[in-house]
Amino acid sequence: MRTLLPTGHNALLVECFDLEDVMALHCALTSSRPHGVVDLVPAARTLLVTFDDTTTRAEVARAVTGVEFGAPVVAAAPAEVTIEVTYDGQDLDDIAELTGIPKDDVVRRHLGGDYVVAFTGFAPGFAYIAGGDPALVVPRRATPRTRVPAGSVALAGEFTGIYPHEGPGGWQVIGRTEAPLWDLRRESPALLTPGTRVRFTEGRAS
Amino acid sequence: MIEVLRSGPLTTIQDLGRPGFAHLGVGRSGAADRPSLRLANRLVGNPEGSSALELTFGGLALRATEPMTIAATGARCTVRVDGREQDMFAALSVPAGSTIEFGMPSRGVRTYVAFRGGLECELVLGSAATDVLSHLGPEPVREGDVLKVGAPEGSVPAVDVVPVRQLPDEVVLRVVTGPRADWFTPDALDLLGRSRFEATPASDRIGVRLDGAELQRTCLDELPSEGMVEGAVQVTPDGHPVIFLADHPVTGGYPVIAVVHPDDIALAAQLRPGQSVRFDVRAPIPVTHAVSAEPASTGVPRIPFPATLSPTGQEVG
Repeated sequence: MRTLLPTGHNALLVECFDLEDVMALHCALTSSRPHGVVDLVPAARTLLVTFDDTTTRAEVARAVTGVEFGAPVVAAAPAEVTIEVTYDGQDLDDIAELTGIPKDDVVRRHLGGDYVVAFTGFAPGFAYIAGGDPALVVPRRATPRTRVPAGSVALAGEFTGIYPHEGPGGWQVIGRTEAPLWDLRRESPALLTPGTRVRFTEGRAS
Repeated sequence: MIEVLRSGPLTTIQDLGRPGFAHLGVGRSGAADRPSLRLANRLVGNPEGSSALELTFGGLALRATEPMTIAATGARCTVRVDGREQDMFAALSVPAGSTIEFGMPSRGVRTYVAFRGGLECELVLGSAATDVLSHLGPEPVREGDVLKVGAPEGSVPAVDVVPVRQLPDEVVLRVVTGPRADWFTPDALDLLGRSRFEATPASDRIGVRLDGAELQRTCLDELPSEGMVEGAVQVTPDGHPVIFLADHPVTGGYPVIAVVHPDDIALAAQLRPGQSVRFDVRAPIPVTHAVSAEPASTGVPRIPFPATLSPTGQEVG
């Protein structure tokens, strides 16, 4: 069931069936963008569609409801990104304790996931990467850190996230990467965009 | 060129922002009071979206190293060129070497200063706007900075002074309820329409924070983060509303009780700390389209919703 919630004069918030449906709807509307749509903001359960005055809410609603359930999730290029991670995060011990899984196993299970970027938000280039091992679901830290280094790979809820910039953060840090997550010189500054498949590999500590 | 002699409390370069990048976590940003930026540019014959200065509580002093045409709009403040008071809402010819000073506005917060030819600066995702939340775009203007004025195109329109409405003492903002009005008690919706709120000093380009009646929720669940719009009236756990402005976060974890009419966002952006504001609350026209069907399997692993992403409700990664 998708529900369309009116959000002011220039937006509709679409409550989707689940995260998979959010991704499918986002993908379908991105590949054939309805006229007048300005932004598509996927999130955990919703897709926000903002539009300008060249279209109407009814037109946008029609476009949204025209997308069938179970539409395929196809990423814009690149389809798959490999991210090399050095698994030496300062929260590895806490993750092991929270999940009851030994540290080495935490890393092994994290490497084994079949990941896809669900949505972005929080900061430019910060991606919520879904599809990890359900045994690695951990809460955020009770007290967020005031400073998490750029490149930190971290877990919260069902997601893996990578901090593109240094800043405050409350996710459980499992490791670090030097992958260029945000680069304004690239045509697409964000390395990870919704729908991108992600593979984590273990890198050497440097 | 323009030398910055004094920057004032916060002066940034703004244009009409960078819409269309929210899926990358990048908000629109741009002038908080867009109609004022557009007007300032029109007065000097620029395209409406040219980059100009947004002054927060005035205080800016500049020196023009070459002759130039400028215009100031938005919150009214004194404008002095070499000590002589000048009109706002009009094109001013400024001789080379003169000093231009802006006082503190008596009403409103943000004054816009456009330069014929626009300001030349590096664009980030197609815009010169400074986003104070995600730190995109140029740094705020500082004393000693030198700003470059671009080559003018077109002609300066032949107007003396444009008539503009004075900013009101008590602001009434039109809002439509939703998308999460059903998370609140009927009393909260009633209070939103009946009571007077006060803008607090914690307001900035991200949002206007309001004090006043506490808007109680019936649904105390954690809201999974969702997309936010400019003008959204988000209610924090202490029951206080925040009106999102140009640099609002792309996603947020608190419910939005109502959304400000697009034509009233500029008024919200000019609310001063301590100033009172009321809401004229309307119900939205219902969306008739609702789809109900069983989703088919796609082979993509089904991912359950996170119970909560942010215990604080704020979108913190």
